[in-house]
Amino acid sequence: MGILEGKKILITGVLTEASIAYTAARIAQEQGAEVILSSFGRMLPITEKMSSRLPKKAEVIELDATDPEHLAKLSERVGEHFDSLDGIVHAIAFAPQSALGGNFLQTEWSDVSNAVEVSAYSLKSITAALQDKLNNPSSVVGLTFDASLSWPVYDWMGVAKAAFESTSRYLARYLGAEGIRVNLVSAGPLRTTAAKGIPGFATMEELWTDRAPLGWNLTDTEPAAKAIIALLSDFFPATTGEIVHVDGGLHSTGA
Amino acid sequence: MAHSEADVLAGLAELVNEETGIAADLVQPEKSFTDDLDIDSISMMTIVVNAEDKFDVKIPDEEVTNLVTVKDAVDFIVGAQG
Repeated sequence: MGILEGKKILITGVLTEASIAYTAARIAQEQGAEVILSSFGRMLPITEKMSSRLPKKAEVIELDATDPEHLAKLSERVGEHFDSLDGIVHAIAFAPQSALGGNFLQTEWSDVSNAVEVSAYSLKSITAALQDKLNNPSSVVGLTFDASLSWPVYDWMGVAKAAFESTSRYLARYLGAEGIRVNLVSAGPLRTTAAKGIPGFATMEELWTDRAPLGWNLTDTEPAAKAIIALLSDFFPATTGEIVHVDGGLHSTGA
Repeated sequence: MAHSEADVLAGLAELVNEETGIAADLVQPEKSFTDDLDIDSISMMTIVVNAEDKFDVKIPDEEVTNLVTVKDAVDFIVGAQG
C-alpha cells in the first residue's frame, strides 16, 4: 500500500516529462493517489498528451491561475471529478524575459508584477479557490528556488520566489486551523521547461554540480518529486510553513 | 514500422502545419524552426510531443534544443526509430 493511498490530489504545472510536476504525478499515482491535472491555453493539449503517458491517464482541467473566471469555477471543475481534495501541488511560475538574465536594473514594474502575480499570488488564489474542497487534514505543496539569497540571472524571479515563500507562510498561518498544511520544496536547478526559459541558467548549474555536498543531478526530478509526495502524505502531520531543501545540501554550505 | 526520411519530413511538415498553419511545403530540411519558420517554444513543444506519438520515438527535452533545423529533427527521429 502506497503512502498516498486513497488521496485525491490536484497537480498543476505538468508540461513535459521533464517537469517536476510530471514526476510528482507519476509517483503520486504509484503511491495510490487519484490525480487530476490543470493546464491552460496553448499548453492544455501538451498537458493532455502528458497525462496519457502517466501510469493512469488523469483528467485535465483548465486553469489559468490569473483568470478570475477560472478561479471562480475551479471548485466546481474539481468537483466534477472529486468530492473533496487531500492535496494540491502548485508548480506554476512565469517571468517575462526582461525580468531574467541580468536585466535586473532595467526591468519595468509591469513585468515584475506579472512575475509576482503568476508565480507567488497564484498560490493564494488557487488555495483560496479550493478552500471549500480541501479536507481536514490536507496538504498544499509548492516549488521554490531558495529565495533567501540572490543568484546569478534569476533576478526578478528570485524576488517573486521570495514573495511566494512568504505567501506560503501566511497561508500556513491562516489555514492551519482548518488542518491545511502549506509547505514548499526548494529544489536545486533542474533542466525543466521553466529552466530553459532562463537565459544564463548554466551559471547556476555549475554552482550546484561543483558545490553541493551530495552532488546534484540536473536532469533527475525524482528527489524533488519524492519530497513533494512525502509532504502530501500523512508523514508530515505537524509540519506547515516549512521549506524542505532538496538541493544536494548546497544551501547549508558557505562556499 | 520504421519511417523513411521522406516519410518523416512529410509527417513533420503536417504536424507543423496543424500547429502553426505554415504551409507544409515550406517545411524544408534546411529551414530553422525559430529563425525561418518563426515557431515559438510552446508550438515547438506541441510539435515534439505530437511527433513522439506519430513516429513512436522519444525526443528527450535536452535534445529539443539541438533540433535547430527541420533536418536536425528528421535525422533525430529517423535515428531514434527502433
